[in-house]
Amino acid sequence: MPASILKQGAYLIASIQSALTDAEVIQLQDDLVEQVGKFRSRGVILDVSGLDVIDSFGSRTLHSIAVTTKLRGADSVIVGIRPDVAFAIVQLGLGLEGVHTALDLEEGLAFLNRMGEGGRRGG
Amino acid sequence: MAQSDAPVTSLAQAPEIDFSLLRELVAHLRERRAHLREEWVRRITEAQLLAAMTSDEIFSEVTAVYDNYVDALETGSVETLQAYARDLSERIIPRGVETHEVLGIVLLLRDVLARSLFEKYQADPDLLNRILDAYEPAANRIAVTVGVSFVEERERVIRQQQEAIRELSTPVLQVRERLLILPIIGVLDSLRARQLTEQLLTAIRRNRARVVVIDITGVPAIDLTVANHLLQTVKACGLMGADVIVTGLSSEIAQTLVTLGVELGSIRTTGDLQGGIEEAERLLAYEVIRAGEPERNPER
Repeated sequence: MPASILKQGAYLIASIQSALTDAEVIQLQDDLVEQVGKFRSRGVILDVSGLDVIDSFGSRTLHSIAVTTKLRGADSVIVGIRPDVAFAIVQLGLGLEGVHTALDLEEGLAFLNRMGEGGRRGG
Repeated sequence: MAQSDAPVTSLAQAPEIDFSLLRELVAHLRERRAHLREEWVRRITEAQLLAAMTSDEIFSEVTAVYDNYVDALETGSVETLQAYARDLSERIIPRGVETHEVLGIVLLLRDVLARSLFEKYQADPDLLNRILDAYEPAANRIAVTVGVSFVEERERVIRQQQEAIRELSTPVLQVRERLLILPIIGVLDSLRARQLTEQLLTAIRRNRARVVVIDITGVPAIDLTVANHLLQTVKACGLMGADVIVTGLSSEIAQTLVTLGVELGSIRTTGDLQGGIEEAERLLAYEVIRAGEPERNPER
């Protein structure tokens, strides 16, 4: 399985080590959405640093994972997009608008922590 | 004349040249060297060519070219002349000598020599015809050689300079932890824009940058392609978790962008570099406080 989901406190970390087939991408989405409910997670981190290509299906799924987990109550952030991949995504117009991104896992965790604080203060 | 279609690399291969005649006219040109050389210089000055050079310089170059030219006529090999023409071009290109001047000079020499031959063999039209038959193709080939050498040399210089510009064009500098500055100076074409993006994205990853300030004070103009590229760069930086602040948009560029309808609404901009850095410090939660009066120079 090229994608593993780890539970880290209130967060889930999905780490994608190598290119996924379309079926595996959908499997990952299903697993994540289910586990967010099961563990009552507050945040999801998608680590794509293992990917050297992200195609339109991949980016659409990343987008829909972000939106679905949000509906289930977890913020999500995509981390580890490589420089060339980042530019390819933009050039192909595969907008990841509305999806949070961060440099790496550490930044992603910091981002979720900030979101959590903001949420508590706001609520 | 089927052979004449084949590429001719040296004069000796050209079948139409009569070598005994060629030798004769070379002897004539050697004999009249001093006079013809002066005549040539006079014609060059008259035509106001080589204005960038002094008359002494012109004279010494002219002597060398004349001798090389006659040698090339005699031996039928243009290689020495070619090498000399390259060398000469290398010396005169930085002084602003133009292609039309070089071609003009070589054609002038061709005319001066032809006229001298005409004078000498005037009495015998038949011999004159044969001499010119031998002279003209050789002279033409020499003119082409010199012209091509000059243009090639110029292209080589241009390529070299482009390479140099590309190398020194875009430094990405870290001014605080997690804050990068990219000052862009000079015209942005799409090749340079692409290179810049690559460097910036790699630097973001290497320095773990959170904020990037792109300063385009030194950019005189931007076209639609480059503006869109800049927009894409900003988005790509966003995907890597870095905020971008663009500073120093001149009023011309700002108006162009608005006229072109580039959607810059999504980009954070400030007026000058200082404002950009202050904004970046705010984003990174830095607070810069002056610790007292500025220090005086201790030596005074």
